[in-house]
Amino acid sequence: MPDALGATNPVALSWRQYRLERQMFWRNPSAAFFNFLLPLLFLAGGGAILSGDQHQLNKLIPAIAAMSIMATTFTALAYNVVFLRERGVLKRIRGTPLPTRSYFAGVAANAVTNAALQIAIVVLAGRVLFGIGWPQHVLELLVFVVVGVVCFAALGVAFAHVIPNFESTPAYVNAVFLPVLFISFYVFDSSSAPGFLRSIADALPLKPLIEGLSGAIVGGSDLGGNLDALAVIALWGVFGLFFAIRGFSWEQSRT
Amino acid sequence: MSDTAPAIDVCGLRKRYGEYEAVRGIDITVRRGEVFGLLGPNGAGKTTTVEILEGYRARTSGEVSVLGYDPADRAIELRRRIGIVLQSGGIYGHITPREALRHWASFYPHPRSVEEVLALAGLQPQADTRSRRLSGGQLRRLDFALALVGDPELIFLDEPTTGFDPEARRAAWETIRSLRALGKTILLTTHYLDEAQALADRVAIIKEGRILAIGPPRELGVGAAHYRVVYRNAGGELVERQTDDATTLLHELTGEALARGERLEELSVGRPTLEDVYLELTADA
Repeated sequence: MPDALGATNPVALSWRQYRLERQMFWRNPSAAFFNFLLPLLFLAGGGAILSGDQHQLNKLIPAIAAMSIMATTFTALAYNVVFLRERGVLKRIRGTPLPTRSYFAGVAANAVTNAALQIAIVVLAGRVLFGIGWPQHVLELLVFVVVGVVCFAALGVAFAHVIPNFESTPAYVNAVFLPVLFISFYVFDSSSAPGFLRSIADALPLKPLIEGLSGAIVGGSDLGGNLDALAVIALWGVFGLFFAIRGFSWEQSRT
Repeated sequence: MSDTAPAIDVCGLRKRYGEYEAVRGIDITVRRGEVFGLLGPNGAGKTTTVEILEGYRARTSGEVSVLGYDPADRAIELRRRIGIVLQSGGIYGHITPREALRHWASFYPHPRSVEEVLALAGLQPQADTRSRRLSGGQLRRLDFALALVGDPELIFLDEPTTGFDPEARRAAWETIRSLRALGKTILLTTHYLDEAQALADRVAIIKEGRILAIGPPRELGVGAAHYRVVYRNAGGELVERQTDDATTLLHELTGEALARGERLEELSVGRPTLEDVYLELTADA
């Protein structure tokens, strides 16, 4: 219940919005499935196939971690923004005194929570099930997760502007998510990938994120050695933020 | 600002979308405590006008004041004092009316009690049902409830009863009347004449972005000060005559008919209703 103490304080409202987003997230079984179970199934399946091959498992864990970040931010936000926009929820919220910043703080914090939970699960599963040590470089892990979340969240919101209606959202999202996923996984895994694929994967944000997480989780290059990867993700983040803000629409287009 | 200042003051409002001018110079003053109806066919510019007043759209030109604010500034203080029922607005599928109202109430400094609003909107039986399981009519009542929970002084209702069955419409009308009794100012758009007639203290008839007539529904209807006399002539045609002096006209007509030994079949004398005025004004010439 709203109480007299700071009931309409913007920070308190952000917190309330965050709690509502969490509640709605857990009540929606398909969102919970795609956000949590799918990466875990990948992990379990990949882990079973690669069982005993530590070199491959070392590659699987960071790849799944990066994919989880993309799924919980890019995919989830593209879906949510389109859904809320087409259903008229955004427009309704726009007409209330809820400050825009409080609203987006709540929505973003929800995506960050999902990403953080996923990373924790994947790292824990790697430690317990697949004999991978605790993350080697905690600072590097933190930096790549934060920059990765901001980048993919912004890209998800920006991408929502391109999607014309809710029915076509899965087609649009998967047309981006799956190719990016496959190219990035393939190039990261295979040393014999053709050069042009390698160039594409290096220019997209997912493979740099896998590399950063790989360095952080299983060891290898530390933060200083992965600065170029970080720069690629950050550039995509700037691009995403620009279009997320610039093109944002609170309501269905009337055409 | 003083309490006697109008709730809404609009002067020379225009809105252009590219080549198309949706609103072409509208002037409206809505007094405090009044139910004001914007009546017109679809595409007349009602929703564009209301959405400018609500702060959703920027105007092309004109002066607009809502409770003393320019809605284009989107001041949070203004949004705390208005309630909006959109023509169509969605809600999270997995939220219940009680939860939604509690959340919405937290946006406002002096909200009404959630239970009271549930009762007012007739949503008590569905208070804990997820919104995706609510019927269209129940969702519309939730729209009302969400607009009222902040205890606004000014309420915008955009086509509030479109798609309602007659019983649900009556119930919505009762709710609107009870809001008026609480002293709320209401701006209502509708394309239902009976709705405007039943609810509005004053009505503006709007078509193609212009106001054609404005005034209390009763005066709009009969204030034109003429009578309609209708009868079927000897040739079987229905004849309509308009006059300011029905007594003289009837005397002439009946005198002539009697002299010819005819009867004026289907003779009637009526005063134009809001519907006649509306149809006359909005007819495509």
